[in-house]
Amino acid sequence: MINLSINGLLVEVPEGTTILEAAKKLNFRIPTLCNHDDLCVAGNCRVCVIEQLGARTLTAACATPVSEGMQILTNSLKVRAARKHIIELLLSEHNADCTKCYKNGKCELQNLANEFSVGDHLFLDLIDLKDYTIDKFSPSIQKDDSKCIRCQRCVRTCEELQGVNALTVAYKGEHQKISTFEDLSMAEVICTSCGQCVNRCPTGALTERTYLDEVWDAILDPEKHVVVQTAPAVRVGLGEELGLDAGNRVTGKMVAALKRLGFNSVLDTDFSADLTIMEEGTELLMRLKKVLVDKDESVALPMTTSCSPGWVKFIEHAFPEYLPNVSTCKSPQQMFGALAKTYFAKVRNLDPKNIVSVSIMPCTAKKYEANRPEMRSSGFKDVDFVLTTRELSRMIRQAGINFNKLEEDKYDSIMGVSTGAGVIFGATGGVMEAALRTAYELVTGREVPFENLNIEPVRGMEGVRKASIMIEDCKPEWKFLEGVELKCVVAHGLVNARKVMQDLKDGKLDVHFIEIMACPGGCLGGGGQPIPTNEEIRRKRAEAIYEEDMSMEYRKSHENPEIVAIYRDFLGEPLGHKSHQLLHTHYKERDRY
Amino acid sequence: MKNTHVKRVDLIFERTECKEVFAKVITMKPDDICQEILESGLKGRGGAGFPTGLKWRFTALEESDEKYVICNADEGEPGTFKDRQILDEVPEKVFCGMAIASRAIGARTGIVYLRGEYKFLLPKLNKALDEFHKLMKEFKHDFEVRIRLGSGAYICGEESALFESIEGKRGEPRNKPPYPTTSGLFSKPTLINNVETLDYCVMIMKYGAQHFQELGTKDSRGSKVFSVSGDTPRAGIYELELGMTVAQFVAEFGDGDTKAVQVGGASGFCVPRKRFDETIIGFEGVPTGGSMKLFNSSRSMYNVLHNYLEFFTEESCGQCTPCRVGCQQLLKGVEAVKKGEKTSKYLDELLKLSRTMKIASKCGLGQSVGNAFSSIVENFKEEIIY
Ligand SMILES: Cc1cc2nc3c(=O)[nH]c(=O)nc-3n(C[C@H](O)[C@H](O)[C@H](O)COP(=O)(O)O)c2cc1C
Ligand code: SF4
Ligand code: SF4
Ligand code: SF4
Ligand code: SF4
Ligand code: FES
Repeated sequence: MINLSINGLLVEVPEGTTILEAAKKLNFRIPTLCNHDDLCVAGNCRVCVIEQLGARTLTAACATPVSEGMQILTNSLKVRAARKHIIELLLSEHNADCTKCYKNGKCELQNLANEFSVGDHLFLDLIDLKDYTIDKFSPSIQKDDSKCIRCQRCVRTCEELQGVNALTVAYKGEHQKISTFEDLSMAEVICTSCGQCVNRCPTGALTERTYLDEVWDAILDPEKHVVVQTAPAVRVGLGEELGLDAGNRVTGKMVAALKRLGFNSVLDTDFSADLTIMEEGTELLMRLKKVLVDKDESVALPMTTSCSPGWVKFIEHAFPEYLPNVSTCKSPQQMFGALAKTYFAKVRNLDPKNIVSVSIMPCTAKKYEANRPEMRSSGFKDVDFVLTTRELSRMIRQAGINFNKLEEDKYDSIMGVSTGAGVIFGATGGVMEAALRTAYELVTGREVPFENLNIEPVRGMEGVRKASIMIEDCKPEWKFLEGVELKCVVAHGLVNARKVMQDLKDGKLDVHFIEIMACPGGCLGGGGQPIPTNEEIRRKRAEAIYEEDMSMEYRKSHENPEIVAIYRDFLGEPLGHKSHQLLHTHYKERDRY
Repeated sequence: MKNTHVKRVDLIFERTECKEVFAKVITMKPDDICQEILESGLKGRGGAGFPTGLKWRFTALEESDEKYVICNADEGEPGTFKDRQILDEVPEKVFCGMAIASRAIGARTGIVYLRGEYKFLLPKLNKALDEFHKLMKEFKHDFEVRIRLGSGAYICGEESALFESIEGKRGEPRNKPPYPTTSGLFSKPTLINNVETLDYCVMIMKYGAQHFQELGTKDSRGSKVFSVSGDTPRAGIYELELGMTVAQFVAEFGDGDTKAVQVGGASGFCVPRKRFDETIIGFEGVPTGGSMKLFNSSRSMYNVLHNYLEFFTEESCGQCTPCRVGCQQLLKGVEAVKKGEKTSKYLDELLKLSRTMKIASKCGLGQSVGNAFSSIVENFKEEIIY
């Protein structure tokens, strides 16, 4: 243990603790910008400088471990003067038109400027001297260099958490900026649209592309029937944007708010998550059959999931040779979209031309996915607009809805009933767990051998998790699986996805089924979820997801009565002709820059 | 008084039989080598002036399967060209210095980080390196030196940015601590010394600490190689005993009309004529990596300052706020004052800013911008304003 004093108060902390953490222990908050719980230390913004008695220079609290006998001042004259200078300097290089800025009110730089009551600018305005650009080419991510403070959180995110390296620091001195390969737009490079950088950008430099106005126009157009679907993870995140602590489930209130906002049908992506399980589970079993029984070498195993569009884009860029391994199932969002303008239109007797299909997603990559040219199997754009959890909260605020006072409401039907299996899609390992609950039962006629159906080995926040399940006493038609140990691996965060794929490539991974989610924690940590994020927040959201699962009437996808109905009335059988037409897709190799 | 005039010294370029020196070193205990260097009083000649013997001992004390000895030959400070001269004339001594260091700290790998523009030295260096490796074999001393060309940015001379650059990353300085002696190249304990420092180590091992220690002053032992430039009839490279005043230096190298001397290049201090007598060139006065630039009364100190600020505005790596934006503000700020867009009082704001840069920047570059800035602005205010 190390003893030190901070502002005259003594504190004892373990070796290796940073000054920042030690101060926190004494309830002194030191301002930070470049520091982020999920990322390695950068120490570049210098906002956190403190005075260490006897030192020649000030010290960056985030980057400096404590040492014995240190005497720290976090708010001395010297510190205050330097900190104010630093904030002033950042602002002098910054296009601070807060009232026009997407991050107005939710910006770490703005908060600091407020805290230090920066008034008349001390220094020259450098904005006019810079040739800042705004990149709006990506349907998911907007990058506005004039709002960038060069904290490099985005660069570290893309490298450390995602292993993508789409963003880098370019040039030096006054020209230094955050850039992409050859300054290409975000839409043209290996960026997966995952939005993790957006989640960690302290300012308005990286934001989602917003489609709020388009959605409002549709809602307010009497000709249109606006269908909205809500992804599993939204219900455990939205509350954070509306004043609640992390880990609150707000499903019923969210449904009520969506109805108040004027959506004509409020439906659930969890329904199509259940559908995904039926299709993907069957696909896995068919692949196993073809490999094990038919000895068909053209069939690729292991099979990977395909519901995370960031992951799909990643593999298209980085491991295109493994595209045949990716399940052909569309993501739940896109399955839902294709059905909204076919099945739903037919049952509800609506002209698909007049249906506007909106989805509320924890994800920015879904915005990109909805714009993929393949995603028009209904004959229309299957999903017209994708909004993030954050955008939904903004709509709720715009409409003046007192969210926390709302009575809980229920999803509309059809396509509004779901199961606990659909809900857990929102957490890493959830698709695997949901698929096992159904596939195991399909093959053996018995429930998965885990207490309360909770397959704990695939849960948790470990980057890569492995699990296996022994298949015994099969039903006659699945006899070829008798004695097979079904091996699975789950990974979240693309840096872990890369590890898994590399292991596969190196022949070091022997599994049948791989679940990959592009975002840390799975969708609940998606790029469209509330800011801030860190592992503790993501754990709380995950707990809420599993609580929601336990609270559901049905826990297994194949028991969902609406699923039973759609196969009976519309689709026929999993992997059938209609399914192929509406629910499955294909992929393409993409460039590597 | 000892230093009544500038005393020339001939150690750095003195031809030396490295074999003999190393034969002596190889029989010594590693810590005795560190002790000898420490007793000589030698301080690093790359700019920061850290006691070399201490640095060696710290690195020696680290336990690690791998350690590195790095020779910093990036020489990016404008107006400095002494390392080039040393490598050109006596490369074998620099390698020998690295070998002595490797013996002292227990390293098997050495790297010379050579400024990109000095590529033309490669044939000569490679030849000397072949000889050197033969010598190492003769002594059965397991130590191999590689030469790595620099990436061309001034900041890559800063030790931690240099490591990043060798590791194939962008040359951005790291946070300290940890210091290179505990975690340097590839996170291994690393000893990094300037070319000239390593050469002196050879001479200290040759003649003994005492010999070196007798030169110079208490705070600045020994001698040092200076690159003299600017308004001087005697531009060039000189090895001089440390401890002289600027006045003594100017008497020897000035053109009779010297109004200021920039000691230590862009990151050093500007000494005006009225301070020549009282200012000692050395760690007790104004330290220098070797650059001595003289200005006579025909020079505009505004232009001098403007050049330095342009240099820093370009050469800052750009990662930290005080340095990246501070440099731009100082540059644009003096321009605005010159043009009359800002009043002369604005210079006081800029001086305060330069003090913030000195204490809040992440590395030595940003921390030293204020040296030239404040010493020029404070001493030549009229020239800046009008
Ligand atoms: C911006 C900057 C540039 C530097 N460039 C050099 C250089 O070109 N050569 C050098 O020897 N040291 C340079 N240094 C100092 C090194 O960081 C380091 O202190 C030195 O190489 C240590 O060697 P020494 O102890 O022998 O002086 C630079 C420092 C800074 C901050
Ligand atoms: S990024 Fe922040 S400080 Fe900058 S304009 Fe937007 S809200 Fe204001
Ligand atoms: S969206 Fe994801 S992949 Fe794209 S730059 Fe950001 S972190 Fe990297
Ligand atoms: S884009 Fe955002 S996260 Fe990236 S460096 Fe700029 S301000 Fe920081
Ligand atoms: S002080 Fe300048 S050169 Fe050093 S890290 Fe900061 S920006 Fe880079
Ligand atoms: S938060 Fe410590 S330097 Fe940025």
